[in-house]
Amino acid sequence: MDLTRCQGYGQCAFMAPDVFTMHGQEALMYDPDPEAAQRERVLQAAAACPVQAIHIDRMATQHRTREPELSYATSHGDDAFKRDGHIVIVGASLAGGRAAGVLRRDGFKGRLTLIGDELYEPYDRPPLSKQVLTGTITVEHTALPHLREIEVEFLSGTPATGLDLAAKQVRLADGRQIDFDKVLIATGVRARPWPNEQEAALDGVHVLRTLDDAHRIRERLAAGVRRVLIIGAGFTGSEVASVCRDLDLDVTVVEAGPAPLAGALGKVIGEVAARMQRDAGVDLRCGIKVEALDGDADGRVRGARLSDGSTVEADLVVVALGAVRNIEWLAGSGLAAGPWGVATDAGCRAVDINGLVTDDVFVAGDVARFPHPVYHYQFMALEHWGNAVAQAEIAAHNMLSDQAHRWPHLSLPVFWSNQFGVNIKSVGVPTIADELVIAQGSVEERRFVAVYGYRGRITAAVTFDQAMWLDFYRDLIQRAAPFPPDFQMVGRPDELLAVPAEGPPRLTPAEGATVVVTGHDPAERRVTLVRHQ
Amino acid sequence: MEPARIYDQIHEFDNRADPYTLYAELRQTPVVRLDDGAYVVNTYEHIVALLHDPRVSSDSRNLAHPPATEQLPPSFIRVDPPEHDRLRGLTMRHFGPPHSPLVVESMRGELHELVKDLIDGIAGRNQADIVDDVAYPFPVTVICRLLGVPREDESRFHVWADEIVETLGPGEGSVEERTRRRQSAGLALAGYLGELAQSRRENPRHDLLSGLVTYHGPEGSMSETEVMTTAVLLLIAGHETTVNLITNGMLTLLRNPGMLERLREEPDLVIGAVEELLRFEPPVHFLPQRVALDDITVADVTIPRGSSIILALASGSRDPAHVHDPDRFDPDRPYIQHLGFGGGIHNCFGAPLARLEAQIALRQLAKRLVNPRLVTDPPPYRPSSTLRGPRHLVIAYDDVLPYQGD
Ligand SMILES: Cc1cc2nc3c(=O)[nH]c(=O)nc-3n(C[C@H](O)[C@H](O)[C@H](O)COP(=O)(O)OP(=O)(O)OC[C@H]3O[C@@H](n4cnc5c(N)ncnc54)[C@H](O)[C@@H]3O)c2cc1C
Ligand code: HEM
Ligand code: SF4
Repeated sequence: MDLTRCQGYGQCAFMAPDVFTMHGQEALMYDPDPEAAQRERVLQAAAACPVQAIHIDRMATQHRTREPELSYATSHGDDAFKRDGHIVIVGASLAGGRAAGVLRRDGFKGRLTLIGDELYEPYDRPPLSKQVLTGTITVEHTALPHLREIEVEFLSGTPATGLDLAAKQVRLADGRQIDFDKVLIATGVRARPWPNEQEAALDGVHVLRTLDDAHRIRERLAAGVRRVLIIGAGFTGSEVASVCRDLDLDVTVVEAGPAPLAGALGKVIGEVAARMQRDAGVDLRCGIKVEALDGDADGRVRGARLSDGSTVEADLVVVALGAVRNIEWLAGSGLAAGPWGVATDAGCRAVDINGLVTDDVFVAGDVARFPHPVYHYQFMALEHWGNAVAQAEIAAHNMLSDQAHRWPHLSLPVFWSNQFGVNIKSVGVPTIADELVIAQGSVEERRFVAVYGYRGRITAAVTFDQAMWLDFYRDLIQRAAPFPPDFQMVGRPDELLAVPAEGPPRLTPAEGATVVVTGHDPAERRVTLVRHQ
Repeated sequence: MEPARIYDQIHEFDNRADPYTLYAELRQTPVVRLDDGAYVVNTYEHIVALLHDPRVSSDSRNLAHPPATEQLPPSFIRVDPPEHDRLRGLTMRHFGPPHSPLVVESMRGELHELVKDLIDGIAGRNQADIVDDVAYPFPVTVICRLLGVPREDESRFHVWADEIVETLGPGEGSVEERTRRRQSAGLALAGYLGELAQSRRENPRHDLLSGLVTYHGPEGSMSETEVMTTAVLLLIAGHETTVNLITNGMLTLLRNPGMLERLREEPDLVIGAVEELLRFEPPVHFLPQRVALDDITVADVTIPRGSSIILALASGSRDPAHVHDPDRFDPDRPYIQHLGFGGGIHNCFGAPLARLEAQIALRQLAKRLVNPRLVTDPPPYRPSSTLRGPRHLVIAYDDVLPYQGD
């Protein structure tokens, strides 16, 4: 499934209702690994999807060339390398697995080694905070397909501990050294733990990043809890809160910022999310911090003390404080790797600490930090499913292509989240904004399009149950269209009112528009400089 | 030839059998301005963009020169959000997810039965008209059952529905004449359905019409007029299109040797085949009713606000810039993305039902007819260039095998 493409048409839920269900108007939930008996219905669903977001026995690709019938893509590179080379991928999750698939599809016949510290084959994380927690599907059903057919050497449960660029070797924790011709770094992020180690170790305190995490939280929820405390109301925290309400569990959410999702979408839209949570029965407390977690004599968590002096009793605590990039193993490698990720060029090649681009080291997914031409070449690190997939594809393509045929990673960031029966989608970068307008729909009905602007240019759009319009705004962002978008439109509110977006303060905003993106076919997508009067 | 003349030619009846070569010529000009100031958009990329462009309205009251007001207000296919979303949502509540996800699923058995009976009906002969014997009665019955229209009334609205579809421009006769005929048929049909709705209000049953008249929720409920216009919409949209999909399907399968055998042996193939049919021989060729709410620049042509926009769906689905080797019927394509059901917020409401109907009908025809062949190729066509399809499709066959389950 590629939910970044999904526009909530619901066709799949008609054709295979046991596998696909709509929660609210546009939020789709599904079983990624349905029973064999459902095969015909799932095929019908996949065929019916207007945006072809459902993939069965085949790899979903974001970069579909005009002739997807050709199963190999347009790589023009060193044939000897494609035949006999050795590619090592570190990090066996979404980006790593996807890159492996694309490498094979695009004609790489050499050795392919996939190194992962988890014990499992690549699996999909988005369902972990949704269908898995509600118990609709089991964790086994989150496996990402296809590894078995790819012919890779899969070293599971073996963390990489070092990268030696001169010797072209990856060092493993068990002492082995793996030689490579080219390497892809796809080690992603891990959940930021609760800072107090003792409190974090209390029974009933969890983070949510991995399959094991989800499994443990699910077991707790299923066993019955009196109250769940969620620390942090970003996307993960909010989705978990939504699941708790679906399960009719009492839940308290404590968020240090002014509103849920405010870090990603700004305070204005965050306040819409806050109303959504409260209407659903969440005990939401914003502008407040959890100071300490308390345990009982048996080491089980009992509750928390908050910065406003109040306390919350809870027997399950989910710490959802964001993520930390897995870059420690790159210490001493000479790459520009730090808490913000591993820096790359726009073609996913790693940059070293001198700012030089490497030839044989590539980076993709949540761990990457890349310059985006649309946002004034500002470096960004995204934790989005769609970005991990897009970068994996670009990296794989570029690993096999000579310099005349490399592709730039120009996809605009796209993100989705399903919570409280609403499908939230975003395109662009909502944190690069000084103002926003509600361009279509109504905030009261929670069906709307919010358009974000920075210094008179559209930088992002966020939809609540209005995903079908998103591509229109994506094109406006790519064309560096002026903000506010003052068109006559269907569903336009009587008045377009630009209000301060009140995003988080830390990002350095882009300057005026300097480039536009053109082209649809990935082989043709380029940026063009524009002059500003 | 001048692009606007190519467009005229497409609507000439003589070109009904093969408009596709003309579409190919038309696509040389992605946006064509017609003499009456309307704009025709022909290429996949631009049609998709306009279907998702909020500056494009489906409400003809936004035209620079709006048509005279009709007696009945427009149904949701011809209004914009928020009205559209409200009415479509109130209708969907009784037809599909999230509130009624099993309605279509639960019709599967009935659909098989209906097709079985229709094919049983052509056994014992060696010739049949796919249109009159199968493709037309099947969806009519289905939509009747869904809505709750008694079968014995079928022939009455049959006539009205035909009239409405045949007068849907562009193409035949003068606009005024067409509009007048369409409106009077629409009124008669609406009157009938209004009465039926009234009786369901008093004695609700398990059908869509009863759902429409009895539901009252936080998002409101449908007025009597809204129930009427919605029912008319479903009835018309629901059968004058599916008949063409099934008929075009049979025609295409018979024109492509080996396809019917493959359908018999590979049960899943029909799924891709129906998708490819929606691309290759779609029932709906044009969406003639869009309006630009603002100046819109498409492929370097600025369509001024208030202009009528015509989306040439069938041309877009055969755009070589979108699909490789577009004039080949190939149900094995890995991705089939077509404009057969439109797109964006007005995307076909009944698509799941239409797909199932076509899949079931074509699979059973393939399985049960022995050595079927076309008697005339091309077949005679209906007048409409918008909802295009054969009037008759006579086939000959050696035998009809008994139904063997699916
Ligand atoms: C609960 C949850 C819900 C989400 N929901 C959404 C959503 O709704 N929409 C959306 O767009 N995105 C969502 N995401 C984000 C999305 O899942 C990530 O963007 C995606 O997983 C990134 O993939 P990746 O391969 O780059 O990194 P990861 O998935 O983080 O994978 C990195 C892998 O590398 C391994 N690794 C790390 N260090 C080493 C080492 N030294 N040696 C070997 N292996 C190593 C890790 O264990 C891990 O398996 C969600 C994420 C989570 C956790
Ligand atoms: C093969 C069969 C069918 C085809 C090719 C087809 C095609 C289409 C197309 C192209 C549209 C878009 C109209 C627009 O954008 O203006 C549409 C809309 C619609 N169709 Fe279908 N249709 C089919 C069957 C059905 C059936 C069976 C039903 C009813 C059960 C139905 C009900 C509707 C409705 C109500 C709309 C309006 C949707 C809206 O405006 O939101 N259709 N159809
Ligand atoms: S767009 Fe989304 S909801 Fe619609 S059919 Fe495709 S996957 Fe399902």
